[in-house]
Amino acid sequence: MAVRVQEGDFDVGAELDRLTTGNKKIGGLAVFVGLVREMHVREGLHRDRIDALTLEHYPGMTEKALEDIEAEANRRWPLEATLIVHRHGRMEAGDRIVLVAVGSPHREAAFEACEFLVDWLKTKAPFWKLEETPAGEKWVGAHEGDDAAAARWEKKSQ
Amino acid sequence: MKVRYFAWMKRTVGMADEEISPPAEVKTVGDLVVWLRGRSTGHAEALAEGAAFGAAVDQRTATFDVPIGGAREVAFFPPFTGG
Repeated sequence: MAVRVQEGDFDVGAELDRLTTGNKKIGGLAVFVGLVREMHVREGLHRDRIDALTLEHYPGMTEKALEDIEAEANRRWPLEATLIVHRHGRMEAGDRIVLVAVGSPHREAAFEACEFLVDWLKTKAPFWKLEETPAGEKWVGAHEGDDAAAARWEKKSQ
Repeated sequence: MKVRYFAWMKRTVGMADEEISPPAEVKTVGDLVVWLRGRSTGHAEALAEGAAFGAAVDQRTATFDVPIGGAREVAFFPPFTGG
């Protein structure tokens, strides 16, 4: 189990190697990599392209929240390895933001736990996106779809 | 006790954090919100009734009924938008 919050980029291959090396009980590794997506927002007649964002977080609480989420995944599924690496600071379109990797003897648990971790970290970890548009900076509002995705897992009692 | 503000709330309040000593009758997160509103127009706007924000006590998410007695740090922030 490991959680890391950092400003710099991460090397997915190297992270996965480190996670699985020496553990021969892992039969499947599910991996999610979140990227900064180029987006277009409309304000009235104006169309702005967002090509960079700054992710603010709450040092101390972020690590605790991610560890809690990781512990919850380990309670719900039989996992051999979990890793969450989340970046903060300024990132441009195409940059990696987050890596979630889950290793389990069987793929079902790895897929499910990986999806659970991504859904929960979006709504339970203290990160805030500040988007850069040609018209200036803009704080992103919470996404109802993210809340609904996270809520799915509240109903499941495993 | 230290109070911290994040994202747009930091801008609206006009500071990232402050040291406060609320009176004894301020017992919960909700009491603190009401008390903080009186500190400036920025506080009143950021912590307005109906504004969408959450709180943490000593770096754990907290609802407004959570007691703050003995807490070192209380934080207020907009809904999370990470990942």
